[in-house]
Amino acid sequence: MSQSFQLRGMKPTRQGFGEGLVVLGERYDNVVVLGGDITGSVMTSLFKERFPDRFFSIGVAEQNATTIAAGLALSGKIPFFASYGAFCALRNADQLRISVCYNEVNVKIGGGHAGISVGPDGATHQVLEEIAYLRTLPHMTLLVPCDYLETKKATIAMGEMVGPAYIRFGRAAVPFFTADETPFEIGKAQVFREGNDVALIACGAMVWESLVAAEQLAKRGISARVINVSTIKPFDVQTVVDAARQCGAIVTAEEHQVHAGLGGAVAEVVAKNFPVPIEFVGVKDSFGGSGEPEELMEKFGLTWKEIYAAALVAMERRDRGFIGYRAVKDVPRYHPELLEADGQPAR
Amino acid sequence: MQPFFNAHVQEHSIFALFHVASTTSAAMSAEFPIVFDPVTFDNRRRRPEEFARIAQMIRRDIIKSLVLAGSGHSGGPLGSADIFAVLYFGGYMRYNPQNWWTPRDRFVLSAGHMCPVLYATLANTGAFPKEELRTLRKYNSRLQGHPGRDMGLPGIETSTGSLGQGISIAVGMAMADKLLDQNGYRVFTLTGDGELQEGSVWEAAMAASNFKLDNFCWIIDNNDCQIDGRVHEVMSIYPLEDKCRAFGFDVLTVNGHDYGELCAAFDHFIANSEKGSGKPTAIIAKTLMGKGVSFMEDRYEWHGKPPTWEQARIALRELGEDIPEPVAA
Repeated sequence: MSQSFQLRGMKPTRQGFGEGLVVLGERYDNVVVLGGDITGSVMTSLFKERFPDRFFSIGVAEQNATTIAAGLALSGKIPFFASYGAFCALRNADQLRISVCYNEVNVKIGGGHAGISVGPDGATHQVLEEIAYLRTLPHMTLLVPCDYLETKKATIAMGEMVGPAYIRFGRAAVPFFTADETPFEIGKAQVFREGNDVALIACGAMVWESLVAAEQLAKRGISARVINVSTIKPFDVQTVVDAARQCGAIVTAEEHQVHAGLGGAVAEVVAKNFPVPIEFVGVKDSFGGSGEPEELMEKFGLTWKEIYAAALVAMERRDRGFIGYRAVKDVPRYHPELLEADGQPAR
Repeated sequence: MQPFFNAHVQEHSIFALFHVASTTSAAMSAEFPIVFDPVTFDNRRRRPEEFARIAQMIRRDIIKSLVLAGSGHSGGPLGSADIFAVLYFGGYMRYNPQNWWTPRDRFVLSAGHMCPVLYATLANTGAFPKEELRTLRKYNSRLQGHPGRDMGLPGIETSTGSLGQGISIAVGMAMADKLLDQNGYRVFTLTGDGELQEGSVWEAAMAASNFKLDNFCWIIDNNDCQIDGRVHEVMSIYPLEDKCRAFGFDVLTVNGHDYGELCAAFDHFIANSEKGSGKPTAIIAKTLMGKGVSFMEDRYEWHGKPPTWEQARIALRELGEDIPEPVAA
């Protein structure tokens, strides 16, 4: 099951979404796309150029676009609507709840520019809360693919499944490292690296950071398992419980608030099935801000270093037999001397 | 499901058979037996005066289902019963009550809370047994407190209830046919007037004219009543006709209780749609909340409550049904 991943370059996940839509358009006549005025930047423009008769511009009106999509779906179409995640997951939250999920219609939403990596646009446009909301919606399928190619596979898969679905992707160029043969399946978390000392459970761009952290941990003789949770809902309980049982310590990592997102989902499952110490890497109850993507990821603690440090803390808690956090307050959160000894990872 | 009473063409009432005296237990309260007249009506061109009987039947069924439910909205459903009578029984909506999910015109009740009138109307088409009206708002009923598509009731095209959404869904349906499938079906939606305070309604209106949806008919139930009071006092939506016109609609304002005017308005829409006018139609129907029941008429307090048993008795009598006096214990 274990695979080795090489960095193949830097590529934005939104490109995978745009290309996936074109594939769907070729395969299915009833796939239609609704534009929300940022078609170029969420790359629905690729579909628009190829299938102009099946592209409808709705303007800056996300609530309307979401409900129009429901009407199209009730008439046998497979409508995709994409915008900033901030506006097509939360601005239209009620439309998603009632007209899409309660109705259980075949509406597909592309939530672009997610997380702080959208950069200079600042906090208003950096959505960090939508995983928490979307994973509570009955009937919803929520996908957070890890790189360009997985986004393309996930886009195609969501078009081919029946029911409401949302895919989260970003704007910035991020590590592209999966291959055509890398397995992807809706509802299945994939073990990207085997290991038994600690499990690093991540989604989106944080999967690559987890792989880097695992590489660094290996230099210290620690074998870290890396799990890519590309489907947040329905959640792959078995893979996470296996990780808890076999590793005994978990770190979650996401470009999202630490509350109620992937970390919350993992904690729910672990608490119920096999309680072990969990450390959460993510944005800690704050809004984002302007800056360059890489700079922001450093600033908000969303790099391999935080995952690395969190892994040591989680293992320490496990080894001392304490699940409670208070017991390990003497464990340094960050290990500059260790990092220095290990050197910087190659990117 | 087999219709409870196989009589979608039999327009005679068997109500006379059901003069049931109050039972002893009922005598202690004001309760009385509720009997749904299993008569159904067919859908065809009619002279305006023929709609009165259908509308009264719908109103009685609304009162009966609400008093049995013990909660729900009375005012809007009673006020729009005439619109529903004309739309569903005047040949304007095309549907097959025996097999609903076949090619058909679409109706979306954007003001989902008004569903008692939609349920009563659908039952009167024969789409489902009238006895089912007893289950309104009850656990596991197909007649949810606000329409739920998950229950699969024939004629419920979509879940609605969160105001401002149904009209956008209807626009999506109209787009699917006008811009893609071109099967020539028509899409009707009914919004309340308080509902127009939801901004997304106007997003939908903008889209309807932007896409030249002449197969789209927006009915506004304009009774100027909402929960907190008069619409023009809570948050004015006026001038309504000007607004709709500015949003690109062909606008008709009618007396929502005048069958002749309602028929003329729907005829106008059908003509628009058939000649391909490129413009959606808005019908502003001036109505009285609670129409047909003296103590509810034009009173916004009746937006969201059901009649008590005593009030239901009076209401049904006013609507032409003979309910016996309660027997003293």
